[in-house]
Amino acid sequence: MLAVATLVATWYSVWLSGIFHASAFPAPLEVARGFVEEARSGRLWTDLVTSLFRVTCGFLLAVLTGVPIGLWMGQKSWARTSFLPVVNFFRNLSPLAWIPFAILWFGVGDASATFLIFLSVFFPVVLATMAAVANIPAVYSRVAHDYGMGDVEKLIGVTLPAIMPQIIITLRVAAGVAWLVVVAAEMIAGRDGLGFAVMDSRNGLRTDLLVVAMIVIGLTGVAIDTALVQLTKIPSVRWGYDR
Amino acid sequence: MNVPAIQVLSVSRSFGPLEVLREISLEIRKGEFLAIVGPSGCGKTTLLNLLSGFDKPTSGAIVREGQIRMVYQQDGLFPWQTVGKNIALGLRDVRSQSDRVQQVQELLQLIRLADFENHYPHQLSGGMRQRVELARALAGSSDILLMDEPFSSLDYLTRLRLRQELSRILKERPRTAVLVTHDIEEAAQLADRVVVLSESPAQVRQEVRIAAPRPRDPTQAAVVRAMQLILTELNIEPDARQYAGARSNERE
Repeated sequence: MLAVATLVATWYSVWLSGIFHASAFPAPLEVARGFVEEARSGRLWTDLVTSLFRVTCGFLLAVLTGVPIGLWMGQKSWARTSFLPVVNFFRNLSPLAWIPFAILWFGVGDASATFLIFLSVFFPVVLATMAAVANIPAVYSRVAHDYGMGDVEKLIGVTLPAIMPQIIITLRVAAGVAWLVVVAAEMIAGRDGLGFAVMDSRNGLRTDLLVVAMIVIGLTGVAIDTALVQLTKIPSVRWGYDR
Repeated sequence: MNVPAIQVLSVSRSFGPLEVLREISLEIRKGEFLAIVGPSGCGKTTLLNLLSGFDKPTSGAIVREGQIRMVYQQDGLFPWQTVGKNIALGLRDVRSQSDRVQQVQELLQLIRLADFENHYPHQLSGGMRQRVELARALAGSSDILLMDEPFSSLDYLTRLRLRQELSRILKERPRTAVLVTHDIEEAAQLADRVVVLSESPAQVRQEVRIAAPRPRDPTQAAVVRAMQLILTELNIEPDARQYAGARSNERE
C-alpha cells in the first residue's frame, strides 16, 4: 500500500513539475477518469477478456503438446540428440519475429495472436520437460519396477509427479512470457485486446487511456502469476521446493 | 530353517571386457540374515542386482524362492506421496481397501511412526525415511529383503539406532535378509553369516559365521571377534591373533 502511495505521489509531483508536456504525461486524476470511462463503455473488459482468451488458448495448446513431446525426448536419448538443436534454435528465436508470418498465415485476430503465444510457450515447455524427465533419479524407476507398476501406471504415478515441480516453475515463467507476447502481438496484429488498446490510445493521443491499459496489463500479469503460484502449494509438489 | 531361499550357482557377471563377479556360489537359507562386505567398487551392488533379478548373470544361475523386496541407499521413497501412501505401495496385492488401511496402520506402529502417516518424506529425518522404506519393503507378502547399504547416508548414532530397530522389526516380522554394506561393524552386529568378497573381479573370499543370537550389541565379544576376522580378510587388520594378543597383554 505504501509503495502504491509513493508511486502515485511521485507520478503526481512529476506531473506538477511540468518536465513533460501535459499532452505527453497524464495526471493521476485524468487516468482515474479514463478508467471509469473505459470501464463504463465496457471496452476495457472486452479487451481484457480477448487477451486472456488468446493467452489461455495458446498456452494450453503449447502445454498439451509440449509436455508429451518433452516426455518423449527426455526418455529417448536419440530423440534428444537429433531434435534438441532444432528446439534450441526456435527457443532462442523471439516469437515476435514470427509476427509477419502470423499475419500472412492467420490474418489479424485471435488465430495469429494464439499462434505467437503458442510459439513462445511451446519450446520452453518442451525443453524443461525434457530436462526434468532426464533428471528423474533412476531409483524411482527401479521402485516402480519392484512393486510391479505397468507402463501407463508408471507414467501417471511416477514420471509425471516426479517432474511436476519443475513443470510448474516452467509454466510460471512461460505464462509471464506469453503475457508479454500477447500485448506485442496485439499491438501489431490485432483489432482488439489490451495490446490493441495501447496502440489505439496512442493513435488517438489519449495518454490517459494508455496508462489505463498499462495498469490493467501489469495487474493482470501479476494476477496470472499469483494464480500459478497457488500450484506450488499443492502438498504433493512441495518436496520440489522445500529442500 | 534349512530350506534355501536363494541359491547362487557359480554366477559370473561381466560388463563388456570388465569382469565384475567371478564364479560366485552362495546359499541363503530361509530366515537367515546374510551380510555381504567387500572393498568398495568390488561388485557388491552388482551381486545384489543379480539377486533381485534386476540384472541377469553372464553365466551361472540364481534360484529364488519367494517375493523379493529391495531397500535402497536413500531417497527410494516417492517424495510426492505421503508416508502412508508410500507404504501402501508395498500392499498393491492386497485387494480389500480396509485390509490395506489396517496393514498400513500396523506397519506404521511397527516402525514407530504412527503419527506420521500423512507427512511427506521431505518432512522426515533421514533415519525416519529409511524406516519407512523398510516398512514398504516388509509390507504384504514379501519373503526376502535385500538391502543396499540402507544406513550409509545416516550419521553414526542414527545408524546404531536403526540397527537396533532393524533387529527388533525382523524379530516381529521374520524375513530372509541380505545386507550389502561397507560397514563391517554393521555386518558383524546384524548378520548370521558375513560373506567377504575380494577385490574386483569379486570372488567369495571368506565366510564368517556369527553364532551369538540376535539382536546383538556392537561391543559384544562375538561381534568384535567377527569384525577382527573380517578386517583380517580385507587385509586391514594385520593379524587377528596379534590383535587378540595385544589385548591380553593390556589386561595383565
